[in-house]
Amino acid sequence: MPEAVKNMLEVKGVYKTFNPGTVNEKRALNGLELTLADGDFVTVIGSNGAGKSTALNAIAGVWPVDAGKIFIDGEDVTGLPEYKRARYLGRVFQDPMTGTAATMEIQENLALALRRGQRRGLRQGITQKEKDQFREMLRTLDLGLEDRMTAKVGLLSGGQRQALTLLMATLKKPKLLLLDEHTAALDPKTAEKVLNTTESIIRESHLTAFMVTHNMKDAIAHGNRLIMMNEGRIILDVAGEEKKRLTIKDLLDKFAELSGSSITNDSVLLA
Amino acid sequence: MNVLLSFVNSLPGACGQGLAWGLMAIGVYLTYKILDVADLTVDGSLATGGAVCGVLIVMGVNPWVAMLAAILAGMLAGLVTGLLHTACGIPAILSGILTQLALYSLNLRIMAIGDTAKTKATLALSVDRNPLLVSSRFVRELSLRNPILLLAIIVAAAIGLLYWFFGTELGCSIRATGANQNMSRAQGINTDKNKVLGLVVSNGMVAMSGALLAQYSGSVTIDMGRGAIVIGLAAVIIGEVLLDKVFRNFALKLLASVIGAIIYYAVITLVLRLGLESTDLKLLTALVVAVFLTVPNWKEKFFTKAKKEVKTDA
Repeated sequence: MPEAVKNMLEVKGVYKTFNPGTVNEKRALNGLELTLADGDFVTVIGSNGAGKSTALNAIAGVWPVDAGKIFIDGEDVTGLPEYKRARYLGRVFQDPMTGTAATMEIQENLALALRRGQRRGLRQGITQKEKDQFREMLRTLDLGLEDRMTAKVGLLSGGQRQALTLLMATLKKPKLLLLDEHTAALDPKTAEKVLNTTESIIRESHLTAFMVTHNMKDAIAHGNRLIMMNEGRIILDVAGEEKKRLTIKDLLDKFAELSGSSITNDSVLLA
Repeated sequence: MNVLLSFVNSLPGACGQGLAWGLMAIGVYLTYKILDVADLTVDGSLATGGAVCGVLIVMGVNPWVAMLAAILAGMLAGLVTGLLHTACGIPAILSGILTQLALYSLNLRIMAIGDTAKTKATLALSVDRNPLLVSSRFVRELSLRNPILLLAIIVAAAIGLLYWFFGTELGCSIRATGANQNMSRAQGINTDKNKVLGLVVSNGMVAMSGALLAQYSGSVTIDMGRGAIVIGLAAVIIGEVLLDKVFRNFALKLLASVIGAIIYYAVITLVLRLGLESTDLKLLTALVVAVFLTVPNWKEKFFTKAKKEVKTDA
C-alpha cells in the first residue's frame, strides 16, 4: 500500500461570528473546510471581509472558534490557547511592528524565537553558540543585519523587520507557516524581495504554508495551490497544473461567477 | 550660606533615604518600563513590607528573616494584582488600585499582630531596643553601622540578581511580553503568566524597600506608601532623563533609577531647607513628574513639526 500523504492542517466546519447579538454582528467564518497536505504552499485570496485573515487567526488560535475543529498534524488544537499552538506555527503579520519586539536586540528576538514551544526556565536567554548561528542565518538574508546583531529591532526598516520575522517564524521548523499579507505594508521593491525570501525559505525547509494576500499576481505566481474565499467559505480551490495556467482574468471571472456578485472592488483584488 | 551648609550636612540622609527608595524605584522600573504596566499596588505593598518587617522585628524575629517575610508578603500582593488583571480581566491600573485599597485594611491588621488592639496605624522601632539592620541615626557616622554601607550592598545585590534574572530565558520572555504581546504569544510565550510574574517580582522589591525604610526611619505608618508610585516614577524618570544616554546596559539602567531616587531626595532636602513645608512635598513631586512626563511628548511634537517643515521647503 502506498504511504498516505500526511495532512498538516485540517479545518473542519469552523464557524466564527464577531460581536454576536449586536448591530455589528459579523459572521466571519461560515463552516470553513480546509485540508492542507504536508508541503502544500497555499495562497489565499478574496475581497475585504471574505474571511482570509479570520481563517488564519482561527488556525493560530487568536480567539476560540464558535464551532468546528482544527487539527495540526493530526492533533486536535481547537482548545489550545494561542501561545500553546505557537509550538506548531510560524507566523508573519501584516504590520512589520507586530512580529518583533522593537525594544529588544536583533539577537534577543531570534533567541526568543529559537525557544518557541519550549519551557523557558532559568538557563541563559542567549548563548555564544546561538549568536554565531544567528550571524550565519542573518547573512543569508543579505540585509547586512549580521553586523547589527545587538541593534534594537526598532531601528530597522519595515522590510528588514519582515525578513527578520520570517527568519524567526522558521528558525524552529514550524508544522505550518502562517503569512498574513506580510508584504502588504511594504513598498513594491521591498515586498518582492521579502516574497522571494519567503519562497526560498519555504522551499528549502519543505514547509507547509498558508499565505493570505491581496495581490492576485503573487497568489498565482507562488505556491502549489490557490484558494479564493468569500463570506467565510472557500469558493475556489485549484492546485497543480490548473493553478499554473490561471490568469488574473480567470480569477476575476471565477469570483464573479462563484460568488454570484459582480466584482465591485477590483481595485482591492488587484492591489 | 547657612542654607547651603545645612543642605550639605543633610546629604548623607538624602543618600540613605534615596538608596532605600531606590529599591522601590527599581520595582517601579520593572513594571512601568519593562512590563509596560502602571502598577498602583506599590502604594500598599510598600507599607505592607514595612508592617510585616516591623511587626516581626518587634516580636523578636531576626531582622533578615523579617525582611524576607516582608518581601514574600509584597510578592503575594503582586500576585493578587496580577491575577485580578489576567485571570479576572480587570484593567491593570484598576487591579492595582483594588489591591492597594485592600492592603490599607490589611496593613492596619498586620501592624496590630501581637498587640491587644485590633488595628494599629503606627508602629515604632528603635535601634536601642530592636536589632535593626539600618538606622538613620548613624547616617553621618564613619563606621560599619552607617546605614549607607549596608543599603548600598543590598541595592547592588538586588541589581545583580535582577540583571541575571532578566538575562535568563524566563526573564527575556518577560521583557518580550512588555515589549510586544502579539509577538510574544506567537513565539509561544504565556503573556498572562509573565505579567503576573513581573508584578510579583516588582512588588517583592517594593516591599523590601518598605522593610528597609521602616528600619531606617524607625517607624512604620499606615501612610508610608501614600504616593509612593509617584516618587518611584519620579526616580525612574529623573534617572532616565539624566543617564539614559550614558547607561545602556540593563544593570546600569536599574542603577539609574536608584541614582534618580537619591537625586530626588537631595532635591527634596534642598527645598525643605529653603523653607517649604514637608506637607507641600506631594504637590512638588506631582509637579516634577508631570513636567518630566510632558517634556518628551512635547519634544516629539516639536521635532516632527520641524521635520515636516524641512520637507515642504525642499
